[in-house]
Amino acid sequence: MRLFDLSLRFKMPLWGGGLILATAIALSGSFAVQAWDNLNEDILRNAQELGRITAHSLFPVMLHDDMWKAFEIVSSPYAANPEAAATETLTVLDTANRVYVSSRPEEQPVLGELASLGIDYDLLNGELPLAADAGIFVRDARDAQHIYVAIPIANGGVRLGTLLVTYNKSLHRERFLLLLKRTAWITLLALAVLLPITAYWGHRMMQPMRLVTGRISRIGIGELEPLDPFFYPYRDEMGMLFLAYEEMVSKLREKAEFEKEVVKSERMAAVGRLSASIAHEINNPLGGMLNAISTLRRHGPPDPLTQRTVSLLERGLSQIRETVAALLIQTKVKNRPLTPNDFEDIRILVTPAANKQDTRIGWSVALPAAVSLPATLLRQVLINLMLNAIAAAGQGGRLEVCAQIGGNQFVLMVENDGKALLPEQLNRLFEPFTRFSEQGHGLGLWICYTIVNQLGGTIGAESNLGLTRFTVIIPLDPAHDASAQDLPD
Amino acid sequence: MSKLLKLALLWLWLLASSVQAQTANEPEKIRFAITPAVLNDQHAFLAEWRSYLEDRLKRPVEFVQRDRYRDAMDLLQQQKVDFAWICDYPYVVLKNEVRLLAVALNQGRPTYRASLIVPARDNRTRSISDLKGAVFAYADPYSNTGYLSPRYEIKQGGEDPSAFFKRTFFTWSHRKAIEAVAAGLAQGASVDSYVWDVLNRVRPDITAKTRVVWSSKEYGFPPIVAHRNVSNPDFVQMQTVLMNMKNDPQGKALLGRLYLDGFIAGSPALYDGVAEMMRMFGEL
Repeated sequence: MRLFDLSLRFKMPLWGGGLILATAIALSGSFAVQAWDNLNEDILRNAQELGRITAHSLFPVMLHDDMWKAFEIVSSPYAANPEAAATETLTVLDTANRVYVSSRPEEQPVLGELASLGIDYDLLNGELPLAADAGIFVRDARDAQHIYVAIPIANGGVRLGTLLVTYNKSLHRERFLLLLKRTAWITLLALAVLLPITAYWGHRMMQPMRLVTGRISRIGIGELEPLDPFFYPYRDEMGMLFLAYEEMVSKLREKAEFEKEVVKSERMAAVGRLSASIAHEINNPLGGMLNAISTLRRHGPPDPLTQRTVSLLERGLSQIRETVAALLIQTKVKNRPLTPNDFEDIRILVTPAANKQDTRIGWSVALPAAVSLPATLLRQVLINLMLNAIAAAGQGGRLEVCAQIGGNQFVLMVENDGKALLPEQLNRLFEPFTRFSEQGHGLGLWICYTIVNQLGGTIGAESNLGLTRFTVIIPLDPAHDASAQDLPD
Repeated sequence: MSKLLKLALLWLWLLASSVQAQTANEPEKIRFAITPAVLNDQHAFLAEWRSYLEDRLKRPVEFVQRDRYRDAMDLLQQQKVDFAWICDYPYVVLKNEVRLLAVALNQGRPTYRASLIVPARDNRTRSISDLKGAVFAYADPYSNTGYLSPRYEIKQGGEDPSAFFKRTFFTWSHRKAIEAVAAGLAQGASVDSYVWDVLNRVRPDITAKTRVVWSSKEYGFPPIVAHRNVSNPDFVQMQTVLMNMKNDPQGKALLGRLYLDGFIAGSPALYDGVAEMMRMFGEL
C-alpha cells in the first residue's frame, strides 16, 4: 500500500502534523538564528562594557603600580560567578604587551609575553593597535574559538597598557544548544498536543465522507440507502455532498420505478397484443360455428340426444365468445359522452350485490353534465372496479367511490377497507387470467386496464393497511380522445 | 521663608551645642588603631570587642582601621590614636615614641614566625633561594614577616633583595598575600604564621592551595602599643583589661574567635630579632 493510498482519516492528521512540524521548525529555525545573533551581540557588548569599566578603574591602579589591586579588579567579576570565570578572561597587558596581571594568573603568568600565551594571542600580538588614542579593538573570527576585545588603558593621552577581554565561545555554543534543546522540547510538546487534535479533527471530518463513500460504492450493487441529513446538518461542501447524494438517490429510485413501470406496461402491451390476436383468430371460426349450431338446432334431426348435445355445444361456444369478446374491447366505436346519470345507473346496478353482504357505499361524484369520455367504456370500468371492491370489502365492509374533474383530467377513485393486497398481487394485478379471487375469470381488471390505457390514461392500485385504492386518471385532452386510439383488430 | 530658615538654623545650632556639651561631660574616648597584623576584616568581631572594652573601661572606644602599617604609624605619631595593634617591625621603628602595652599569646607563646609559602602545585621549592626570578608577594613594607624577614633571608644568602625577584608587589595584608599565592598570581610569599594558621582553620580551601616551605625562627608577636603620651592610669587600665580577658568567659570567647590564648605584658626584648635584621639593612 502506498502512502498516498492511505485513508484520508490518516492522511489528514499526517499532513496536518507535517505542516505543524514544518511551521514549528521554520519558526524555531528563525528564532534560533535570531537567538544566536543576539547571544553573539550580547557577549560582544558585555565584553566591551566590562572592558571599558574595568579599563577605566585600572588606569590609576597601574599608575601607582599596585599589582595586587589590579588583580583584585580583574578577578572580582568572577569571584561570585565561577561559570563566567570558565569562559571569560581579563588580561591586563603593559605597554610592551607583557602580562601585567590576569584573571587567570596560572595560565597567564605575570610578565609573560602575549605572544607566548597561545597561537591566537600570538596572532593578536601583531594586530593590537598600541597608540594612546586607539579605539576598542575587536577580533571575532567566525571559526575561532574565542572572541577578543582589546581596550586601551589610557587617560589624557597616556597609555599604560591594554585590557584584553577573552571570551570562550564554547559556553556560548553550549548555551545555544541548551536553547535549541528547549525549543525542540517545546515543539514536541506542541506536537503532542496538536497531533491528537488534528487526528480527532481528521477523523471527525472524514466520518461523513466515509459514510457517503460507503453508500456510493454500494449503489453499484443496487442498494439505495438514504443518508440521515441530521448526521451532517452544516451547509458546507460536505453538507452539499449529502444533499447531492440524497438527490441522486431519489433520482435513481425514480428511474428504477420508471423502468419497472416501463417493463410492466411493455409486458401488458405484449399480453394485450397476444390475447387480441388469439381472440381474433378464435372469433372468426367461432361465428361460423355458432351459426352452424343455430342452423342445426333449428333444422337438424329433432331427437333429444342431438338437441341436448347441440345445446351443450352452443353454451360452450357462447362462453368462449363472451370470453373472447371481453378480450376484444372496441373503443373505436363512437359513443355518447359520460354523464352523472351513468354513475347513478351503476350505483343502482351494484347496490343489490352490496346489500347482500352489508357493504356500505360512500358516494361522492362531482361531474359536469357531460364529460367527453365514452360512457359505455367508463361504465364498464366503474362496474368492474365496484364489483371487485364489494367482493374485497367482504361482510360489513365499506366502499368509497369518488369521481371528479381536476385539472383537465377525469379522476376516479374506488376504495375498500377489505384485506390488503400483497406486493406480488399488486405487481401483476392487471394481467389477464390472474385470479386473486375465486369468482370471475380474471379479466375484469384487464378490461379496465385496456380501456383506460386506450383512453390514454393510467390505472393504478395501492394497498395499505386497511385500505385498498384503485385510481383511474384519464386526460380530457382532445388529442387523447378515444376515437383517435387504435385498437388491435 | 527666610524666617523659617533662620529658626531652623537656630534650632540646629542649639542642638549641636547641646551635643557638644554632653560629650564634654563624658569620659574621653579611647582611639585604638587596628592593622592587618591581626585579622582586620572581622567587622562583627571588632564591634563585639569594642563593646567589651567599653564595658570594662567605662569609656567609649573607637577602633580606627588602617590597611597599611605606615598609616597606623602616622596616626600614632600624630597622636590621633592612643593605642594600636601593629606589627613588630613598626614597633621597633617607633620604639622611642610608643610603649609596649601587651603581647598576645599565640599557641601559648608570645611569638610567631615568618612562613615562606608557595603554590601547592609547586613541589620543587625548598627555600627562598629556589624562588630566584619569581614573582613574589610582599605583605607590607613595614611588615616583619611579610617584608623584612624574607629580604633578610635573601641578603643572608648573599643576594640583593631588590634584584632577586623578577617582580614583587604588595598585597597590604598577610591574608591577601596568601590569596595571591593560592591564585597563582605570585610564585611565593612570606606571611605571618599566625594568620596562615587562622586562615587554615577559617578557610582551609584557600590555604590548601598553598604549601608552607619554610618557617623562620620565632619573633615577638605583633604587639599592642600605647603612645608615650598616654597617661599611666589609662595605660595600666587598658593593660589590665586586656590581660584579664582570658579570665572571664566573654573575654575568653572573644580571644577564642581570634584563636589567641590571652595577653601578657610582654618584654621589649622579644623584638630584638627584628632590631637585628633592621640593623643589617642599616635601618637602626
